[in-house]
Amino acid sequence: MSGRLKTGILISTVAALVFLPLLFVKQPAPGPDGSRAELFKGSDDQASAAIKKLAPAYQPWFSSVFRSRGPEIDSLLFALQAAIGAGFIGYYIGYSRGRAKNSNRTSDTDRVH
Amino acid sequence: MHIMEGFLPVAHAASWGAVSTVCVGFGLRSIAAAVKDKPELKMLLGVSAAFTFILSALKLPSVTGSCSHPTGTGLGAILFGPLAMAPLAAIVLLFQAILLAHGGLTTLGANIFSMGVVGPLAGYTVYNLARKCSIPASLSIFMAASLADLTTYATTAAQLAFAFPDPLGGFGASLVKFLGIFAVTQIPLAISEGLLTVLIYSFIQKHSSDELASLGFNLPGEEERI
Repeated sequence: MSGRLKTGILISTVAALVFLPLLFVKQPAPGPDGSRAELFKGSDDQASAAIKKLAPAYQPWFSSVFRSRGPEIDSLLFALQAAIGAGFIGYYIGYSRGRAKNSNRTSDTDRVH
Repeated sequence: MHIMEGFLPVAHAASWGAVSTVCVGFGLRSIAAAVKDKPELKMLLGVSAAFTFILSALKLPSVTGSCSHPTGTGLGAILFGPLAMAPLAAIVLLFQAILLAHGGLTTLGANIFSMGVVGPLAGYTVYNLARKCSIPASLSIFMAASLADLTTYATTAAQLAFAFPDPLGGFGASLVKFLGIFAVTQIPLAISEGLLTVLIYSFIQKHSSDELASLGFNLPGEEERI
């Protein structure tokens, strides 16, 4: 299988795994009090909710140093985290391609390698 | 897999903290040893860290109707061994605990243990076993990265069940409950993580073959390349 085809298949499978749930998962039924159930809630939050049910007397004994400043700022910081990672990987890809091109050129001209 | 700030009893938080401190210490030593003789490996170490930065920032929807994120630790564990990921996971988790109020300082030890110790150890073991059984490199990497992801979440479930046993069913019933929250949601994400790890590994194999060789990878012939 050619490299490009394989890359394409890998990326489209990941895209399908991510986007199909958005299309096919139904909005859950509203809660008993008529409140709208939240779709695609974080599993970490669900675990915290389960702890509160298992041990209702448990009091978290420490709270975050910097409280969340709201969903907008949280998404900013998550995007920053991903951007730092993606920036470095982009740098690595560019660096590697440049290096490969360079070494091809030198080996073509003076057969160093 | 982030246990929220304050959501582990003091004794648990302190014990996981102690265990993880030791693991991060060994991890720093193993990284220092790896890059001391071969400074050219720093680039791949950075790629492993960056991969974890991206993947753990992406909260992806799952078929269960809830959201979770991959961990990205399988790649670094395959390349640098299981210990090296503990300090890298610690950096990511510290960033998220301090800036994002996601996870926490008191639960940092427990979270490092699941994401930076157990997951990478599982990934490393699976990769090496799979290669010993002559499973092709791409499938070995896929299995290693997916299982590193899944075992991280299974570890979180076990840590929570250990701290909060069910009043009636004890540890077992509580574990089933937490696995129900984490593990099923995680399956499609683990598959995505496995595929993305194969993708980046094939790029590394193509462009950093000298570095891979100095990490002790027997590079397969052209026909076996992924």
